[in-house]
Amino acid sequence: MSIDETRSQSTMVDSSLDQPMEGPKKKRIMNVVVQPEFITVILLILAFIGGSIISPYFLDLDFLLNYTSLFIEVGIMALGMTFIIISANIDLSVASTLALVGAVAGVLFFDLSMPMGITIVLAFLLSAALGSFNGLLITRMKLPALAVTLATLALYRGAAQVLVGDDSRPKLAWSRDIVFPDWFVGIHRVYIPGTSIPLPLVLFVILAIVLGILLHKTTFGRWVYAIGTNEEAARYAGVPTQRVKLAIFTMMGLLSGLAGLIMVSRLSVARYDHARGWELDVITAVVLGGTDIYGGRGTIFGTVAAFLLIIFLRTGMGVANVKAESQLAVIGTLLIVAILVSNLTKRIRT
Amino acid sequence: MTDNLPVLTTHGIYMAFGGVNVLKDIDFEIYPGEIHGLVGENGAGKSTLLKNIAGVHVPKAGEIRLNGKVVQVPNPHAATDLQIALIHQEPLTFPDLDVAENIFIGRQPMSSGLSRLDWATMYSRSAEILNSLGVKLDPRAKVRGLSIADQQMVEMAGALSQDAKILLMDEPTAALTPSEVKDLFAIMRLLRDRGTAIVFISHRLEEVFEICDRITVLRDGELIDQRIVGEVSVDEIIQMMVGRPLSTLFEKGDTEEFGEPVLEVEGLMRTLKFENITFNIRAGEIVGMAGLIGAGRTDVARALFGTLEIDSGTIRIDGQRVEIGRPRDALKHGIIYVPEDRKQNGLLMPMSVIKNMTLAVLERLSRNGWLRESLEEEAAQEYVKKLNIVLRDPSQPVRELSGGNQQKVVLSRWLMTKPKVMLLDEPTRGIDIGAKAEVHRLMSELAAQGIAILMISSELPEILAMSDRIIVMREGRISGRFDKDEATAESVIAAAAGQFLQEG
Amino acid sequence: MATTSDTLQRQRSSDIAVRLARFRELGIVVFLIAVLGMTIAFQPDFLLKPINIRSILLWIPLLTVVAMGEMMVIITRGIDVSIGSMLAFAGIVVGMIFRDVPGFNIYLGALIGILLGALLGAVNGGLIAWLKIPPIITTLGTLSVYRGLVFIVSEGRQIDPNHVPTALIRWSQRGPFGIQWVPYVVLIAVVVAFLAYAFLRYTKGGRSIYAIGGNPEAARLRGVPVETTTFSVYLITGALCGLAGILYASRFGFVNPGETGVGFELTVIAAVVVGGTNVFGGSGSVLGVFLGCLLLGTINVALAVLGVASTWQLAVYGFVILLAVTVDAVIRRELRRATTGE
Repeated sequence: MSIDETRSQSTMVDSSLDQPMEGPKKKRIMNVVVQPEFITVILLILAFIGGSIISPYFLDLDFLLNYTSLFIEVGIMALGMTFIIISANIDLSVASTLALVGAVAGVLFFDLSMPMGITIVLAFLLSAALGSFNGLLITRMKLPALAVTLATLALYRGAAQVLVGDDSRPKLAWSRDIVFPDWFVGIHRVYIPGTSIPLPLVLFVILAIVLGILLHKTTFGRWVYAIGTNEEAARYAGVPTQRVKLAIFTMMGLLSGLAGLIMVSRLSVARYDHARGWELDVITAVVLGGTDIYGGRGTIFGTVAAFLLIIFLRTGMGVANVKAESQLAVIGTLLIVAILVSNLTKRIRT
Repeated sequence: MTDNLPVLTTHGIYMAFGGVNVLKDIDFEIYPGEIHGLVGENGAGKSTLLKNIAGVHVPKAGEIRLNGKVVQVPNPHAATDLQIALIHQEPLTFPDLDVAENIFIGRQPMSSGLSRLDWATMYSRSAEILNSLGVKLDPRAKVRGLSIADQQMVEMAGALSQDAKILLMDEPTAALTPSEVKDLFAIMRLLRDRGTAIVFISHRLEEVFEICDRITVLRDGELIDQRIVGEVSVDEIIQMMVGRPLSTLFEKGDTEEFGEPVLEVEGLMRTLKFENITFNIRAGEIVGMAGLIGAGRTDVARALFGTLEIDSGTIRIDGQRVEIGRPRDALKHGIIYVPEDRKQNGLLMPMSVIKNMTLAVLERLSRNGWLRESLEEEAAQEYVKKLNIVLRDPSQPVRELSGGNQQKVVLSRWLMTKPKVMLLDEPTRGIDIGAKAEVHRLMSELAAQGIAILMISSELPEILAMSDRIIVMREGRISGRFDKDEATAESVIAAAAGQFLQEG
Repeated sequence: MATTSDTLQRQRSSDIAVRLARFRELGIVVFLIAVLGMTIAFQPDFLLKPINIRSILLWIPLLTVVAMGEMMVIITRGIDVSIGSMLAFAGIVVGMIFRDVPGFNIYLGALIGILLGALLGAVNGGLIAWLKIPPIITTLGTLSVYRGLVFIVSEGRQIDPNHVPTALIRWSQRGPFGIQWVPYVVLIAVVVAFLAYAFLRYTKGGRSIYAIGGNPEAARLRGVPVETTTFSVYLITGALCGLAGILYASRFGFVNPGETGVGFELTVIAAVVVGGTNVFGGSGSVLGVFLGCLLLGTINVALAVLGVASTWQLAVYGFVILLAVTVDAVIRRELRRATTGE
């Protein structure tokens, strides 16, 4: 059986077939070059070179590895945010989720004297719940992700603030020996035996691999891309759009909660203002890594590369004694520039 | 009726999108006080020509003259200043603003003294314009909730408010009921008699011949000819459009016997949409669903596909009762739906042909959630061959394919699901004559394979030619049932528009 | 033509929609009364103490002024979260001028503040309108960039009460009807609201804002200047933030680089959303937003008076935004169901 093309359409057959092929190799190289991830990797290399010029510390592998621990939470959350943004959504509440989970863990352990193991389990359950809350409002109530997560950005951190106030857990006033268990704190000081690779980085790499496989090699991942490209069409093709969206927001919650526990472990203390403003870094990492803010495009590899890029930048700025607020300003500028470049290359690519 | 001098001429218009020629050397002219039909197959360039004149796109070459003087139309605003108005296929309205403002947006009347918006004048002038068209709309009503026909009226009132001397209408009748079309034509005649020049695009040649004074035929971006309506026949026009002898409308062959009922629908009801819907479709059968727009046919289809919730009623597939809450459920039971809105059909443009095709069957092609790309490629290649899809490489983005090939990719997606029931909603709407026959041939072949087909159509000839049985809906209820041999145009129309026939 | 029942249905939809808008504003008032009621239940003399009324009143100017701008932004389907940083920037720079140039004319200072805000707003507008960067991303970025500028310019030092001219502080203390009652700053806010109303209702530019939010494609094709209008709403918002920076100094007597305006965007967006502005764009009313500001100001003062620590503020804002958006969505959905059966 066949459908003949109508003449009018056949004369407009793919113009791409008519273009003179300048040599397939050149085209393939061009194809790679305008991929955003390529640019990210170039920037990464440049940042590394620049960093090592500024300071000899940069060439010290141990120093760099240790530095990754300071921001590993951003990386972990960025992995989840990649899914969110590819599906043409956004989640502004990630840093607030991080803080709330940490705060709750502190309150559970200290105020309610729960064993740390149970506390951690409950913390993860809470993380999933917080993420699902976002997800349900977005899928069931059909509210826009921006508005919902802007509200939960406030609500979650506000809840953390209500829980622990301006104080912390353990409270400032308490004596020095009331602390989290030894095995829980200082995760950044745990290394793979015989190396200086810190445990948080290992966790990050494992997560990156697992989530990378999930995104690129499974049906679920393909569904995420489809939803981000054209949600209505995906739904008509039988993609379970509501469940997928709920799943990625729940996953985002879990990752944010994990980040919260890691931060508490690193700093040995839970406060309501942990990671304040870090949603900016997370989104920047994802966008800088080549993920299209409008959805439908992006890779875990890109996010990882961009995260490392941000690490290098932060390290460089830290070493150059740039103040925290100025560092934030730089990241903000980076975000805007990243989108500009992305818009540009998108136009070239199509 | 026509003056000596044309009010608008185009000379040598060239238009291209991204390297693809869409219009070549168009010399078009239109006189004041005439209704000029513009016909051609899909992709012939009709819409593009109008958009060039209306400043939506700027032609790559060529000139436009207004009353003999060369003019530039770089944007829609310039067109408005030149008293050119474009009525779009899908009305462009602002749902939260009222009718009056929709009419006057961008050109609201200002009061002289304080230089502020004069709402009172805006309302009164809107009422005047609407009255002069014989349209009963309240200028203060918000546009949200108005029917498409009413929204088009608002757009036309907008055109009038700017004293448009040239009215360009792009498929205005596509979504209108026959009685709404009549009203529209009355208004068009009114405007023509006042001296407005009107260009009218429609795929329905009977309409063109009814309302137009002259016709221009486009084919493949070229202007083939310009004729006076009284001096040319429909067949000649079709020949010019298609460029080859016309093929007769395809008639579905008689099937000897049909199989068991594949789809059984009983007592389906949804408040404000439809009620008491009971019918079945047997394997190999094509059931045509006729009725006026708004009768509820698409809603029934949506209910069967899971995009509209039903309040009561049962659906059975192969005798088994099924619950269909969302498209995923429908697909699981072998029901596919091809909506009339092509955008919903939805190609994922930046994604590859393969990925587009396999979207609905991923779970069958994967193991435990693991994608098997080799299986995907195989399946895609099978359908590329089956449907003769022209492409360079199945991994290329589907947006690089031509329109016709893109349609085939979408079709492949559905066929891959090996459906039992196909719900086709206006399958040949907006499709040119040449392709219509092909679509009908394909439908017959699919039916011959045992698929049960529900064909919703507003075109009587199509309903009468293709259906084994006809169900007519009116205002949410079934108003008539006919077998192929007992159906006549009159009886179908009567059921669709007039009296209820006795059930059973 | 369409059947009588169709027309009737549509007429009903319009009526209900109009009634809903009124009802919406009424709903805010009802909520307001409820909040007041609950507060009075615990503190019967809540409204009798002039200091409470003054506190509520003093909240209004800051919120209202900026909310007018944010409302316009949201109507155009955009968002601006950098408002807190813009406010702080204008406040700190003008504060520094007052500090370093004693006797500097406060009206001139206010003007400079407004211009500075306008400049920052223009950057936002340029990135969004012409470089096509999504509003959330742009303003998320500039939120940090502008805050960084605040620190750099001020070298981390705050502006103390003794740097702020007394005349400026008087704006928040005195009013035309005598010292205790309506302070000047409230009048300024009322004037701004009035100007916003006039702009949105009686100028083409104002109507363009609604058009762009209602149907961006249609707006462009109908000749509405989309980019210019989009740019303008962010410029206006920036300018209003500049004014708010001055009002902040007047009300609080200090400007602190690390505190001023932090989290302010949430309060403002809460007020705008509570005030009935559609988060999907296309509609919103000055009266509604004004009432929203009143409501939020009242909630703030009520919480303080009831002894609920300020630590609850953030949670309350988040909850309020969520509630308002959800309720609106539910109402809209039920409305559609009732009139069209969708």
